[in-house]
Amino acid sequence: MAAFLHQVFSGLATGGIYASVALALVMIYQATHHVNFAQGEMAMFSTYICSSLIAWGLSYWIAFLLTLAIAFLGGLAIERIVVRPVEKAPVLSVVIVFIGLLVIINSMAGAIYSYTIRPFPSPFPTDAWYAGSFINAHEAGSIGVTFAVLALVYAFFRFTPLGLAMRAAAQNPVSSRLVGIRVGWMLGIGWGLAAAIGAAAGIMAAPIFYLDPNMMGSILLYSFAGALLGGIDNPWGAVIGGFAMGVLENLAGAYLVGTEIKLSVALIVIVGVLVAKPSGLFGRQLVSRV
Amino acid sequence: MASVSETETAPRAREIAGLSLARWRAIGLAAFLLASCVLPFFLSNYHNLQLTIVVIYAIALMGLNLLTGFNGQISLGHGAFYAIGAYTTAILTAKFGVPYWATVPVAGILCLLVGFLIGVPALRLEGLYLALATFALALATPQLLKFKPLDPWTGGVQGVLLRRSASNPPWGLPLTRDQWLYFLCLAIAVPMFWAARNLIRGRIGRAIVAIRDHPVAAETMGVNIALYKSATFGVSALYTGVAGALGAVVVGFVAPESFPLFLSLSLLVGIVVGGLASIAGAIFGAFFIEFVPNLSDELSRNIPTIAQWLLGYTPNVAERAATAAQWTIYGLVLIAFMYLMPTGIAGFIRLAWARLTRSRGKHP
Repeated sequence: MAAFLHQVFSGLATGGIYASVALALVMIYQATHHVNFAQGEMAMFSTYICSSLIAWGLSYWIAFLLTLAIAFLGGLAIERIVVRPVEKAPVLSVVIVFIGLLVIINSMAGAIYSYTIRPFPSPFPTDAWYAGSFINAHEAGSIGVTFAVLALVYAFFRFTPLGLAMRAAAQNPVSSRLVGIRVGWMLGIGWGLAAAIGAAAGIMAAPIFYLDPNMMGSILLYSFAGALLGGIDNPWGAVIGGFAMGVLENLAGAYLVGTEIKLSVALIVIVGVLVAKPSGLFGRQLVSRV
Repeated sequence: MASVSETETAPRAREIAGLSLARWRAIGLAAFLLASCVLPFFLSNYHNLQLTIVVIYAIALMGLNLLTGFNGQISLGHGAFYAIGAYTTAILTAKFGVPYWATVPVAGILCLLVGFLIGVPALRLEGLYLALATFALALATPQLLKFKPLDPWTGGVQGVLLRRSASNPPWGLPLTRDQWLYFLCLAIAVPMFWAARNLIRGRIGRAIVAIRDHPVAAETMGVNIALYKSATFGVSALYTGVAGALGAVVVGFVAPESFPLFLSLSLLVGIVVGGLASIAGAIFGAFFIEFVPNLSDELSRNIPTIAQWLLGYTPNVAERAATAAQWTIYGLVLIAFMYLMPTGIAGFIRLAWARLTRSRGKHP
């Protein structure tokens, strides 16, 4: 039973990371109906930036916040420069551009930081009060950070004028433009926010998965699965889906298929959800006019 | 009278040096085939091997182009079919002693079946979602190949080694092993390309393209979308599987890590660069993905020297760039082609031809 609970709690910790990345994916999907295949690599690169900042002697939390700011600007720049020209292009072109981004960011990280796997510090002392017998300090801390990020994102969209403008731009771009919202910039800011949320997830993931240019491959896959499970147009669904994927992955790895082919769990969830219930558990049924 | 002479000269305006596009194509094709038959006798074994791999990639790209280019179903996971083809050949030859040439059709048919079966759920996944699902397939492929219960056949992490001497030239032909395998692959590739061309040019091909361009209209015209889409998936997998099988014979070794996500992405790069929805595009793309990594290797080996010359010292980054240059170039090329040349090299040639002939028509 103790082993089982341990699996569930550490599943919740990685699930929090998946939930954050899934939320980032959903934010971009809601605004533009694009799925950002480079989301994971952007997070990975931000984590490397954080690692350098810490190496330069900044304290952990200052480096953390600075990285989030850099990631925001990076995401904004990518949207304005790379994604904007293909905004209205066919799906295939958009997918290819995102794959191009994925490949570029991955190999840039390899060139700048090398492909060797390196450790990453955790800000949470191992003997902290929130460390229990079923959950270690970093896992508990990263769940806390995930919830803090979610609360901030919720507050931003719910209570600020900019958040309202962004929701309006995503829901009805034409009318938003008529009332004076700069829809293009709202999309850019959305990308920036998604990049920052991804960066937070990457920094929380690095002590668990270790830092290397390919660390986000499996994280991205589970996050896709989580986003689809919860419904790719529903942020709350995506968060719940992300947590569910974390737990499911750990339990399946421990009791069902073994850790070596855990990724196939994500594959099965993705294909299963898409075939059986494409709108996910909490998503809206999509109706299109012919 | 003037109008009559104009209608008479109009067809001639689409000619260069008195030959029509079709003639030029025929000449180009003949020259290309001749060159591909003669070239191996003048090349080293290593270059022959490279050329063989170009032929193999061309088959794989033709398969992916049938699906993604002509039928509009995005697959980011064709490396999985390449892996199935390769493993089929490896297991049949190494564990069951089947001669390697007999395993190629088996691999093709197996991939046809698997592709058809994957094509059925793919019917419900449009555009983006299919891309997502196949992306997941590509990421999971190396792990699936390590599946423990299959270890006795797949060899787990170690993979399977094929006996190289088994694929020596038969009947005492005066060829090296590399030359023989090159001609074998060419002899398989040419009919497959011919078949693909006939498939695309005919009634079935029109239906395949119509499904991509306007599924609703295609269905109204009586095209059975479900059947055509899954069949295209199957045929596409067959091509890629045959390529995988030949790849296993030529390389003589398969292992899970030979089929990473980046193999699938290379294939995508190949069809985008060569030209989506173009038969010749598969060949251009194959040359690109085989030779550009080598070129970028050369280039990156020179990066430290160039940096030394420009900056006066060699930064660490310059040395590490060697490993990353290939994929950075791939990524930049992917994005640049989408912006500037969305129809790839084949489309560029078509466009250049149209420009050349049009300007002739204007200034007689």
